[in-house]
Amino acid sequence: MSPTMTEATVVTLKIDDREISARSDQTVLEVAWENDVFVPALCHYEGLGDVGACRLCLVEIKGSPKLTPACAIKVVQDMEVITLSERLQKYRRSIIELLFAERNHICSVCVSNGHCELQWLAQKLGVDHIRYPYLYPKVSVDASHERFALDHNRCILCARCVRACDEVEGAHVWDLLGRGVDTRLISDLGTPWGESETCTTCGKCVHICPTGALFEKGKSVAEMVHARPRFAAMARVRNNSGR
Amino acid sequence: MAKARIATVWLDGCSGCHMSFLDLDERLLAVAEQAELVYSPLVDFKTFPDEVDVTLVEGAVASEEDLHKIKKIRAHTKTLIAFGDCAVTANVPSMRNLVGKKAVLQHAYFELATLDPQIPTLVVPPLLDRVRPVHDVVKVDVFLPGCPPSADTIFAALVELLAGRMPDVPALTRFGK
Ligand code: SF4
Ligand code: SF4
Ligand code: SF4
Ligand code: FES
Repeated sequence: MSPTMTEATVVTLKIDDREISARSDQTVLEVAWENDVFVPALCHYEGLGDVGACRLCLVEIKGSPKLTPACAIKVVQDMEVITLSERLQKYRRSIIELLFAERNHICSVCVSNGHCELQWLAQKLGVDHIRYPYLYPKVSVDASHERFALDHNRCILCARCVRACDEVEGAHVWDLLGRGVDTRLISDLGTPWGESETCTTCGKCVHICPTGALFEKGKSVAEMVHARPRFAAMARVRNNSGR
Repeated sequence: MAKARIATVWLDGCSGCHMSFLDLDERLLAVAEQAELVYSPLVDFKTFPDEVDVTLVEGAVASEEDLHKIKKIRAHTKTLIAFGDCAVTANVPSMRNLVGKKAVLQHAYFELATLDPQIPTLVVPPLLDRVRPVHDVVKVDVFLPGCPPSADTIFAALVELLAGRMPDVPALTRFGK
């Protein structure tokens, strides 16, 4: 443990009226998941830094009128968290629908059909149609890499690949360029992935992608099954922190 | 009790949802005990009847004809089901929205034509500028995603609807299933 880190203490809090104890350095999302409380999330990935990008993990904290992303807030003593309400479900469904409307998700012909976190969450949250108009953006597929491909049609801009490549592989190939709906994932400052001088072809980004945006070449419809890397466990071994 | 009146229609889809409907096999008899098929590509009635209890709509709305049909169907249907991904999301047919109607017609009728290239104006209905999911055009009461929804899903949904209940769709199916 680094000397600047303050010692974590044990706190007790309530999640959906259940008394739970946790370490003060944990996020509400981590504690909820550890206790088998379902909170949807797309940009969070165990072992990577949280960025609060997807907003799916919104919860209610008693005493606050605002909704708070559970991945971006640490637990504190006597906190009361509500993970399930009409209001929360409404926002979660809207977020999922907007993600579908923003790019071109044709599940029936997608490499990740049946193995996709976006698709799974849609079903889990009861999204059976998209109320928003589809944008049909004309986006590209980068198939220049010898082993992998990036299909922008399926990208939800969660930045899991960005962080995996930067924080774990140490290569920092990926970045997000632009703002709002015009944001695009880019490799090596906007050059084709296959020309990247930084990519080590480790595959971490591919296997951490929640959707069919990053996949192994040669995979056909429904064939891209992600082997989810266990970054948290790797980090524990590396730092020998004993947690 | 009078039998429920069921219809099925086929807009811009591959007919896979109708094939899945036929996959009900012997369960079609169970459905037939409670309901009567009053209009469908599978039977020989030419016009959509005035009063239909449940209509299953396969396919997206892609042409002037689809648009005309679905409005008429909606007006004469109590419970309208968007049946399968093409009806629910516009699915594969919507992929032409990325390039536009003109490019698609150009490719099909000029680039691929060997004899007398021209865009047909007779018999074939004109395409809409955009392929749209059914609920973008008329009110939909039940969404049954799947490509195609399985026979089990169709049967479970019909049993519920014929009993006057709403089916629990996410428990049965999802996009792409
Ligand atoms: S990425 Fe997921 S939600 Fe999008 S088309 Fe593929 S399977 Fe469907
Ligand atoms: S394959 Fe590895 S090095 Fe290359 S972009 Fe993906 S995570 Fe980065
Ligand atoms: S490529 Fe995949 S992991 Fe990367 S931002 Fe897009 S959806 Fe997320
Ligand atoms: S998981 Fe918290 S914002 Fe994405």
